[in-house]
Amino acid sequence: MAVQLAESPPAATQPPATPPAQTTAADTNSAFGHALKDTLITGLIALGLLGPLVGFETVVRDTGAGSALGLAYRPVVVAVMVAIIMVGRLVLNLTVWSPNRVVKTRSGPSVFDRMGTAVGPVVKPALFAFAVAFPLLAAMLMGGLNESRYLIDLGILILTYVMLGWGLNIVVGLAGLLDLGYVAFYAVGAYTYALLATSAPINEFFSGLLGETFWANWAFWICLPIAGIFSGLWGMILGFPVLRLRGDYLAIVTLAFGEIIRLVLINWVDFTGGGAGIASIPRATFFGVPFTAGEDGFAALFGLEFNPMHRIIFLYFVILALALITAFATVRLRKLPVGRAWEALREDEIACRSLGINTTNTKLSAFATGAMFGGFAGCFFAVRAGFVSPESFTFDISAMILAIVVLGGMGSQIGVAVAAAVMLGGMEMLRNLGFLKQIFGNDFDPSLYRMLIFGFAMVAIMVWKPRGLVSTREPTIFLKERKAVSGDLVKEGHG
Amino acid sequence: MDVFVQQLINGLTLGSIYGLIAIGYTMVFGIIGMVNFAHGDVFMMSTFIALICFLLLTTVLGITSIFLALAIVLVVAMFFTSLTSWAIERVAYRPLRGSFRLAPMISAIGMSILLANFVQVAQGPRNKPVPPMVTDVIVLMENNGYQVTLAWKQVLIMVVTAVLLAGFWYLVQKTALGRAQRACEQDRKMASLLGINVDQTISLTFVIGAALAAVAGVMYLMYYGVANFADGFVPGVKAFTAAVLGGIGSLPGAVLGGLLIGLIEVFWSAYFSIEYKDVAAFSILAITLIFLPQGLLGRPEVEKV
Amino acid sequence: MQPSTGNAAPYRWDADPILLVEHLFMRFGGLVAVNDLSFNVGRGDITALIGPNGAGKTTVFNCITGFYKPSEGRLVLGHGRAPTPEEVATVTAHGERALVGSDAAVYLLERMPDYRVSGEAKVARTFQNIRLFTGMTVLENLMVAQHNALMSASGYSLKGLFGLPGWRAAQRTATEKAQYWLDKVGLTDRADDPAGDLPYGAQRRLEIARAMCSDPILLCLDEPAAGLNPRESLELNTLLRAIRAEHNTSILLIEHDMSVVMEISDHVVVLDYGTKIADGTPEAVRNDPRVIAAYLGVDEDAVEEVEAEIEAEIATGAQS
Repeated sequence: MAVQLAESPPAATQPPATPPAQTTAADTNSAFGHALKDTLITGLIALGLLGPLVGFETVVRDTGAGSALGLAYRPVVVAVMVAIIMVGRLVLNLTVWSPNRVVKTRSGPSVFDRMGTAVGPVVKPALFAFAVAFPLLAAMLMGGLNESRYLIDLGILILTYVMLGWGLNIVVGLAGLLDLGYVAFYAVGAYTYALLATSAPINEFFSGLLGETFWANWAFWICLPIAGIFSGLWGMILGFPVLRLRGDYLAIVTLAFGEIIRLVLINWVDFTGGGAGIASIPRATFFGVPFTAGEDGFAALFGLEFNPMHRIIFLYFVILALALITAFATVRLRKLPVGRAWEALREDEIACRSLGINTTNTKLSAFATGAMFGGFAGCFFAVRAGFVSPESFTFDISAMILAIVVLGGMGSQIGVAVAAAVMLGGMEMLRNLGFLKQIFGNDFDPSLYRMLIFGFAMVAIMVWKPRGLVSTREPTIFLKERKAVSGDLVKEGHG
Repeated sequence: MDVFVQQLINGLTLGSIYGLIAIGYTMVFGIIGMVNFAHGDVFMMSTFIALICFLLLTTVLGITSIFLALAIVLVVAMFFTSLTSWAIERVAYRPLRGSFRLAPMISAIGMSILLANFVQVAQGPRNKPVPPMVTDVIVLMENNGYQVTLAWKQVLIMVVTAVLLAGFWYLVQKTALGRAQRACEQDRKMASLLGINVDQTISLTFVIGAALAAVAGVMYLMYYGVANFADGFVPGVKAFTAAVLGGIGSLPGAVLGGLLIGLIEVFWSAYFSIEYKDVAAFSILAITLIFLPQGLLGRPEVEKV
Repeated sequence: MQPSTGNAAPYRWDADPILLVEHLFMRFGGLVAVNDLSFNVGRGDITALIGPNGAGKTTVFNCITGFYKPSEGRLVLGHGRAPTPEEVATVTAHGERALVGSDAAVYLLERMPDYRVSGEAKVARTFQNIRLFTGMTVLENLMVAQHNALMSASGYSLKGLFGLPGWRAAQRTATEKAQYWLDKVGLTDRADDPAGDLPYGAQRRLEIARAMCSDPILLCLDEPAAGLNPRESLELNTLLRAIRAEHNTSILLIEHDMSVVMEISDHVVVLDYGTKIADGTPEAVRNDPRVIAAYLGVDEDAVEEVEAEIEAEIATGAQS
């Protein structure tokens, strides 16, 4: 790109006496020459970048005496990749980056922005209706309740990430605090539920008081708020010392905290079960009524035939409700002074302080609120899986949630939801596309490429559309007319 | 006492490696004020490039002299790693100058994830063990059967680090490039008005940082004899800790910080608990940033209002 | 500096000061940016702080508004009436940051963090390089300025979260106040536009309106006329006079535009190299040889020469 910019258009250097027709021809020729030269250089660089690591594969061969390292060669793969890059570059050089092209300056919001604002009022109810009807649609589509299990599980996964995305959105999108350790709060929520629900003393205490099965049946509903509050508390404890740091330092420290919590979970075996995790966590119940085949089970109570899918569908609606609560709370908070202070803080911290805003408290409230929703989601994760281990709370999860927030457009609810659905749903769809296996062979597993794509998406979004898919901002109050604010004006504290 | 001396040697070796990586962080931070989050993964890539080159030389070309092989590996790894880092700066960071505050950081995080997973996909998730390269040791002390040894590879690592640092110090202090770099650190706009090619200077900073990380990568491979795609993250964070502890932006600080982190890690593992050695490193990072953000040799920042 | 002429009443800044700057020092490493500066700001006055570039004016502002912690010195702000020496001595000795009574309060600004200087001591400020929330609308900017009042009205978000009536009334009052100030600075029509879309002059006015929405008793303006055209400059003068007349707010401003300074200020303090070189009415300062020398860039010896000349002139004038 910069190569293109560095070279002045050839027309400028042409003597004015030359007839116009010739100029155009010479222009086209030299432009093509430049494009070709640039393409060749790009090819060489691509070869240098991909050659060593893609061209050669280190293979561990297990011999009788032990393992030895050998090399395998993949010249074709490198050639194909370099060729694709060169062709792409050439096409771009001749079209989009061509010096002869008249650049149309785009003004006003983009297609996505218009989608976010103009169509927004229609999109939101439509998405909501789709989310509510999703289990029914899935069952109809797959021709039966049991057959729809895969789709509903996927729906639960996506909604979990939508909720996490909305939670992190408060911290990163609204308050402008880059939190790379968000997974820590997810973990705190999950472990809070896992530890409380499997705790023998608590179970005994309630057994004597309210019956044998009380704790197993009610643990989730009692622990859900506790997990959220506890996570929020952890958010305050961790946030308090670090929130006065500058943005990138804050990011690194939150990352460090996330890792510390994970390492403690692994190593404090007596308390957390270590790397093996905690198993047989009580399942979710329909407000105290278990989803079992027995007489006092959910099916019997409602006169239905027992089906394990009841629990799955119920879980789907639980996470939908939790996600909607997150969204509702965020919308409300934005219109309160605390929410406005978050957004003001993102824009200019010094100006905030000059207006009497206690920035430490304001940041802390954003951090704790975000952590609280992470804790709810963690509690849900534990009850859905019935099993927690430190493996589920790696930095990759934090990065994935951050990628969703960044991609969706920081601060935009609908953008985050769409991004979560596209990223996770899209990845699942890739896995099921048969023709990919025909091209790449049977052991091709797209899920290996998941984090690769997430990483690439984060870079691409920052370079191409740093405001994310929906980059406009809805004002929180208006006198006469609600006008969306273009993302270009949201400055997020330059420098 | 014996254990202490042995750990001191091990710590200084490890610290040299961290110091070499830390310079990359500190230089980039100095010149564009950005934490190059992907630097740890650039280091990890360099271990793979070194590994592939080493295998090519020994198994395919049949070079038997280990020192010749290491010298070639060093040059090759420095070249390809620098190229990678140059390309990363060009594609992922340069377009973001003047974008909002968090943009380069987010892009760098994305790049870090991209690199680690690229290597995982291209080279597989398994550990890649290399046969031990330089195995000779010098026995310094012997006491009741406990030997305090100084391995030749440890000597090699410390000597290479010291020589490179000296050369690098000269480069930054005495040459036109170093002057341009320091000018860009002070005021990028003014530097460009005075005819310094700012883009080129920044590119060169990334290249130098990556070359030093590649040296660290080769040393790491030789010392530990293993390469893994996930080995960029934790050494990267530790090296960043070293840069912060020494005072970010300060070159001697990066080396000092690296040595300190190496020593702390080794002594922590030897005397307290090996399970919590990473926790110790992460805690030092948090504590330094909270209580001593300017580091040991850095200057405190005055907020501009 | 200027001897008060004869038996006339003492100046307001001496009789009824709102702010006393006493022996203020600010050092950055080896550099002394403010060197033993003392002056008073009169209640209800428009006070101008002037001086050549790099004289330390903005540093003084940053000390007063709590953004910098002074190396030495005391900054006393009095609410209601001038603080008595006894009150000041009591607060200072007890190591507290404020003494709040029923009719008056004394604040030691150097002991307060920036957000308390604004929120409790009620000193608002604007910035040399405008610091608006550009991605928020004009109205939102003015609502953020009323954060503390609205925060307690919203029950620290709890009442607000459930939309209780008390909160709604508070929100309405806040909007009305914002509208009042929008009207004052002529931005009512742009209320729903992003602040970053406003032209430069309007952004300056909005920043003043935003500061006023936090109900200050002392308004500190850092070069409010910078970059304004002559018409906008005139409007600014009118606005500042109106603020002083109608809102019980004293104004302290840094300004380079001498027409603005001489036109509206009651009291001028001149800084050069961090030291005060003149302090008095605009007329007195205008004729001060040291001020002239500082502005014309004459060196120390030359100032003494000029002073000697003037003295000689006065002497000859007296003789003839």
